[in-house]
Amino acid sequence: MFNLEGFGHLLLQGTLMTIQLALVSLAFGLAFGLIGATMKLSRFGILRLLAGIYTALIRGIPELMVILFVYYGGVILLNNFAGWLGYDGYIDVSAFGAGVAALSLTFGAYATEIFRSAIRTVPTNQIEAARAIGMSPVTTFRRILLPQIWRFALPGLGNTFLIILKETALVSVIGLEELMRKTDIAVGYTKEPFTFFMFAALIYLAMTAFVMAVQQRLEKRANRGVAGRVMP
Amino acid sequence: MNFGVMIEALPDLIGGLWLTLGLVALALVLGFVIALPTALARLSRWAPLRLVAWAYVFFFRGTPLLVQIFLIYYGLSQFEGIRASFLWTILREPFWCTLIAQALNTGAYTAEVFRGGILSVAHNQIEAARAVGMSPATTFRRIIWPQTIKQALPAYGNEMILMVKASSLASTVTLMDITGVARTLAAETYMPIEIYTMAGAIYLALTFAMSQIIHMLEWKMDVTRARK
Repeated sequence: MFNLEGFGHLLLQGTLMTIQLALVSLAFGLAFGLIGATMKLSRFGILRLLAGIYTALIRGIPELMVILFVYYGGVILLNNFAGWLGYDGYIDVSAFGAGVAALSLTFGAYATEIFRSAIRTVPTNQIEAARAIGMSPVTTFRRILLPQIWRFALPGLGNTFLIILKETALVSVIGLEELMRKTDIAVGYTKEPFTFFMFAALIYLAMTAFVMAVQQRLEKRANRGVAGRVMP
Repeated sequence: MNFGVMIEALPDLIGGLWLTLGLVALALVLGFVIALPTALARLSRWAPLRLVAWAYVFFFRGTPLLVQIFLIYYGLSQFEGIRASFLWTILREPFWCTLIAQALNTGAYTAEVFRGGILSVAHNQIEAARAVGMSPATTFRRIIWPQTIKQALPAYGNEMILMVKASSLASTVTLMDITGVARTLAAETYMPIEIYTMAGAIYLALTFAMSQIIHMLEWKMDVTRARK
């Protein structure tokens, strides 16, 4: 059905880069989300304000714009900052680094809202009870909060990861050699745009289908023991 | 920060705003026209219809919009038949290709939103409507649709805002929307921070205005408001 004319390995390299980009962005994004949610639920007004600005900015500005800003603007900001610290060399920002920064900031903004509402579903008396029997805040978080947050946050996090996975394609605009960019190169040689873009589309489709299957299994696992109960 | 550059860039960026707005408005209308029949087809009793609608939704929700735009704009030129036909006058224009891709994309997401809304209507209401002699079409128009759109509005509003953001991909096929203008200006002036900040501010204003309109619509449609 598809004659890839020897460009198969090129597309495979691109696919691996796309997966790498998505997974690294997921890891940083989860961290940003937890930090953001903690800030939003903080007692300090300034932290709540900062987290509010962060999520409002990311959710109101196109991801492509964020990527362009981080890549072209980030270099200047970073070098100015380094110069201010007294470093006079030149720091370069790689397309991969800029892509991870932009995508994980995006993921983090959505994850902030997801974690925040998940944390709020845990009744405060559970936390009080944990503290009363002498659990430290860290143990309380790990043993009481996290297992329950995880269960409520999983559907939202899975959907957001699917969005991020598809948005990795945008990083091709700043030249990262992921699946879209490699496909573009193959099209340049073969002059068969439909064949190759359709093949790339099917690779993306396979990746999203895989993530959806994993998401379902994780949700099933996270909900074990509460099966049959209606989710709020 | 060079504020002079930011102010100077404003008229050009506003010029790009009209293209962005036109693209979003047309894509929303076309997407709506695609979404409603697709949602109904997904709920049809006829299996082939369900399958076609499912495949369409699966493909357009499972692949990046960028691939969809490239498939239509670059991909279709691979076929001699299309280049020779009257369709080529439309399909060689980046604007129409982006519009078609965006409409198909938002149509798939919106179809799922509408499907959820339709499913939320209690089944006994539909049975009651049929029992008093309403035709299926009247039942849909009078009973199902008003509740569907009310239920679906928050998610549909979200989709509208995502659409504004997604329209920035038009710049990848040489269109001069807000992002397209910003990219050109940033390359010309070597001042990406100033230019992209300004462009980001315009998008922010646009998405904020849209979310306010949606909130207003939700408030207007909330019939339980008076009783509270």
